[in-house]
Amino acid sequence: MNAEPSLAEPVTAATGFDLQLRHITKVYPGVVALDDVSLGIGAGEVVGLIGENGAGKSTLMKVLGGVIAPTSGTIEISGETVDGLTVQQSFRHGIAFVHQELNLFDNLSVAANMLLGREIRSGWLGLVDEAAMARAAQPILARIGARFRPSDRVADLSIAEQQMLEIAKALSMKARLVIMDEPTSSLTLSETNRLLKIIADLKAQGVAVLFISHRLSEVQRCADRVVVLRDGRNAGRLDRSAISHDAMIRLMIGRNLQARATGEAGSGDDSGAADPPAALEVANLRTHAYPGSNACLTVRAGEIVGLAGLVGAGRSELARAVFGIDTAAAGDIRVGGRTLAGHTPREAIAAGLCLIPEDRKLQGLILDFPVSANICLADLGAVSRNGFVDRRREARRAGEQRDRLNIKVADVARATAELSGGNQQKVALGKWLALEPRVMIFDEPTRGIDVGSKAEIYALMRRLTERGVAILMISSDMEEVISVSDRIAVMCRGRIAGVLEPPEFSEHNVLTLAIG
Amino acid sequence: MQKKDLGLLVLILVGGAVGAAINPRFLSPINIANTANLIGLFGLFSIAEAFVIVTAGIELSVGSVIALLGVIFVDMVVNLGVPWPAALAITLLLGAAIGTLHGFLVTRMRMQPFVVTLCGLLVYRGIARFYTSDATAGFTFGASFPSLEWVFSGRSAGVPHSIIAFAVVAVIAWVVLHRSVFGRHLFAVGKNEEAARFSGIRTARVITLAYVICAVLTALSAVFFAMYTRSISPASHGNFYELYGIAAAVLGGFSLRGGEGSVVGVVLGVVLLQMLQNLVNLLGIPSSLNFAVTGAVILIGVLADQQFTRYRERQRQLHALKHATAEGED
Repeated sequence: MNAEPSLAEPVTAATGFDLQLRHITKVYPGVVALDDVSLGIGAGEVVGLIGENGAGKSTLMKVLGGVIAPTSGTIEISGETVDGLTVQQSFRHGIAFVHQELNLFDNLSVAANMLLGREIRSGWLGLVDEAAMARAAQPILARIGARFRPSDRVADLSIAEQQMLEIAKALSMKARLVIMDEPTSSLTLSETNRLLKIIADLKAQGVAVLFISHRLSEVQRCADRVVVLRDGRNAGRLDRSAISHDAMIRLMIGRNLQARATGEAGSGDDSGAADPPAALEVANLRTHAYPGSNACLTVRAGEIVGLAGLVGAGRSELARAVFGIDTAAAGDIRVGGRTLAGHTPREAIAAGLCLIPEDRKLQGLILDFPVSANICLADLGAVSRNGFVDRRREARRAGEQRDRLNIKVADVARATAELSGGNQQKVALGKWLALEPRVMIFDEPTRGIDVGSKAEIYALMRRLTERGVAILMISSDMEEVISVSDRIAVMCRGRIAGVLEPPEFSEHNVLTLAIG
Repeated sequence: MQKKDLGLLVLILVGGAVGAAINPRFLSPINIANTANLIGLFGLFSIAEAFVIVTAGIELSVGSVIALLGVIFVDMVVNLGVPWPAALAITLLLGAAIGTLHGFLVTRMRMQPFVVTLCGLLVYRGIARFYTSDATAGFTFGASFPSLEWVFSGRSAGVPHSIIAFAVVAVIAWVVLHRSVFGRHLFAVGKNEEAARFSGIRTARVITLAYVICAVLTALSAVFFAMYTRSISPASHGNFYELYGIAAAVLGGFSLRGGEGSVVGVVLGVVLLQMLQNLVNLLGIPSSLNFAVTGAVILIGVLADQQFTRYRERQRQLHALKHATAEGED
């Protein structure tokens, strides 16, 4: 790859690009991840790839990237059959990834990230030529309408800008196929619109885009064709005219979605009774992120309070402070009338509070540990005698949670990393359910989770509230907040901007409060 | 016992058999007793090192602590007339204090374990040399402490007490690491500290305790070494021991990234390393090559282990594929 400024030219040469995956099968120990999957995409085409978690999308992506070799099946790129596709070959054929987890170096500049491994050198020492790199990067940034400069440090960019940088990086490699894995999961509405516009531009320039997302409305807006995976197989495909929300869901779950998991069991029916006692009271809480703002919030036993707000409104910080992960700058936290003074997770857990964190891979689970060890980690005391872990009791307890939550794993001694995302989330949940908590804080409980698992998690939350558990649900998914919550608290720059009762539930009202 | 440990055991048996075939003196009672004594001495601080490594930390001051606590112990017993059980207790307490300090700096001050213990390595060595004015500390000729000598450098039925102590410590360490709640917490913290914290584990306490256990075991080892060498030159006593301990742990399957390893592995690692040194002497290989042999064996051992793990993973996949195709559609 040479990295001359010319790399910004539109990729008109890419029109001959055509990728065909035929009968791809990938088998892991005990699991068939892909079973006879075929997928084709050509230049200037946008294909949406959808499917529940565990449907095989990630595995298919790894096959495309040359990271894993399929057990059987053929890969054909622009008419040429490629045996044993390697990472380098995939790269050379112009296949580029924009991953869900961004792979950027935030200690380096935008240009350095874009041209990593292809640095422009100059002088007799061959030193890095920052100026030339910035000149090379600028036109590509302009092409996707980025407002940041090549010399900016990545640490100073927002998540959306970092995503744009990933796309720019792909383009700088003369990408002919850009694969985007859940690119909008952490973007705001306007950022999402901008991304969809960029996709349309890429399409016009002859670049193929494979768009993987759980947000069906976005898929509907940008895709020429939708390919659906289910249980590692092709579940069907929809052409432009046939793409609709219902059609996609039908193919993804193989049946019509049940009536929304909410509604019937909502808050209306117990209106006659007196207000149940407050399970979680947060008074004048100041987090270190917003030391100038006070947050006050009450969650009663048996209700789900949705905590809405824009990304960066301080919702996760609030949750972390309440749970004692971070110390609060000021404020009172009471669980079941008991004041938490120590600000440690241990104290919070003892009081009956638990937090299912946003990032299950980093915070919720120890992926290399067996499922059983993860489920029992928060309360090893319950499965031990005199300080020693009783492995039989541990396995039994893990087995109970597996059955209760319908976690798909044959043996709880298997490493948690082997499970699909939805099942991993259930393990993270099972860890706390065994403790019979009084208050549960869910931070983005369904992010990156398929429709079927979502419905299961909503139903579980409802069952928990029926038993008197108080739930605080942080969510950026407006639809989810409105349909699942009994009340909605909206956060804005570190304070609770308002609390909505069901009659006032609407996207408009939530947004008005969130913008502040 | 894990497959990894089994491989080490096979290596030890094969190496031993080859050594014995070439030089039968390898199996003579005197040689076995001497080697066992060294295994016990080096094993104590290797297990100590393992406790810190499992938390994804590192303890580089082991050798210096052995020198410092060694000269303090000898000074108390020989020059200050402190009864030896009291001197032993004080030495262990000093060890606990050092461990607490390291744990505090690592967990509360958020310093990197490498930096903290590297500074420890320099500081304790310097204090040891200053304390003795850089002179050799030891038992004066003819001085006799029969009970002390019997306990730390004696033998029962021909078995050196150092290896008995090592065996007892190893069994306790195995139970603590692999069966207790604290052990589970150690592995959890080593593998993913963030998730451990979100699970309500007091990670700072767990890590600090690992450094305390390490330093107390090192202190015990210091007393054994003092009684073994009987004279301590503070500038060289215990040099490189921390690296020896790290090597034994790594050979035994501990990952420097934390959260992995077994006590059986580190015990076998120590046995293998000592056996190799012994064979180098017995087979007439120049002893100057000692480090080179040790280094090469560790490198090959770890390499072979990783290749074998990858091979087994491939076999598992192949097996699963056969299984899946046999079952057909369901």
